[in-house]
Amino acid sequence: MTTLADLKLDADGYLADPNDWTPEVAELFAQELGIELTDRHWQVINFVRQEWEKTGEMPSLRRITKQSGVPTKELYKLFPKGPAGKIARVSGLSKPKGCI
Amino acid sequence: MADEDRKLAIICSKGTLDMAYPGLVLANAGLMMGIEVEMFFTFWGMDIIHKEKQKKLKFVPVGNPSTGIPNIIAMLPGMSPMATKMMHKGLEKIDMPPVDEFLEMIHDAGGRIWACRMAMDMMDLTEDDLVDEVDGVVGAMEFLEMAEGAQILFI
Repeated sequence: MTTLADLKLDADGYLADPNDWTPEVAELFAQELGIELTDRHWQVINFVRQEWEKTGEMPSLRRITKQSGVPTKELYKLFPKGPAGKIARVSGLSKPKGCI
Repeated sequence: MADEDRKLAIICSKGTLDMAYPGLVLANAGLMMGIEVEMFFTFWGMDIIHKEKQKKLKFVPVGNPSTGIPNIIAMLPGMSPMATKMMHKGLEKIDMPPVDEFLEMIHDAGGRIWACRMAMDMMDLTEDDLVDEVDGVVGAMEFLEMAEGAQILFI
């Protein structure tokens, strides 16, 4: 069984290499963040992973709320208190740098 | 994370398009990283939360050396609408939402939006003139009470 300690993280505590991501990794990060992943969380994570595979970047929260089917209010409930970083973390991406 | 204990209070006092965005961007960025945000709109900043006026915010190139346009040309009729159009294009290019959508995002993300009582009285506005995202009308002292312990930005 893998734990967070087995993963290679960057200086900010995010997954160092997005290619190392698996659904199990998402579960580990979610556990650390105190989030229990539901289908709605996965809808966001899967969208973010797809976008990352296409563009090599994390989509903006605006894009996530417009295109993943999860609106802003719900997104902030699913990933409370700082959704940008939490979504990036469970999706195996580095600390988000975008402004929106 | 330390960000969860942070609180930001942003006072928006200007109503031009270029001065509307800094407050909106910072409020939204704060919320995205888990910072609590209160926004207080006063004086010309009221235009940003005014139902009609928020759709028509202008960028005025007169007296703005950053545009590189000499004042004598910038003051000509049609220059401000043209500069405003160009700014809208620029904002769209970087995926910035229009002002009304931005306020909705901030509100849905848990940011609180307050209108200044004094400015409302001075401009003869009622709550019906303001967008639905406004949480209430408050005086300066009430706002400062709410902003206790917050970092305050005046724009």
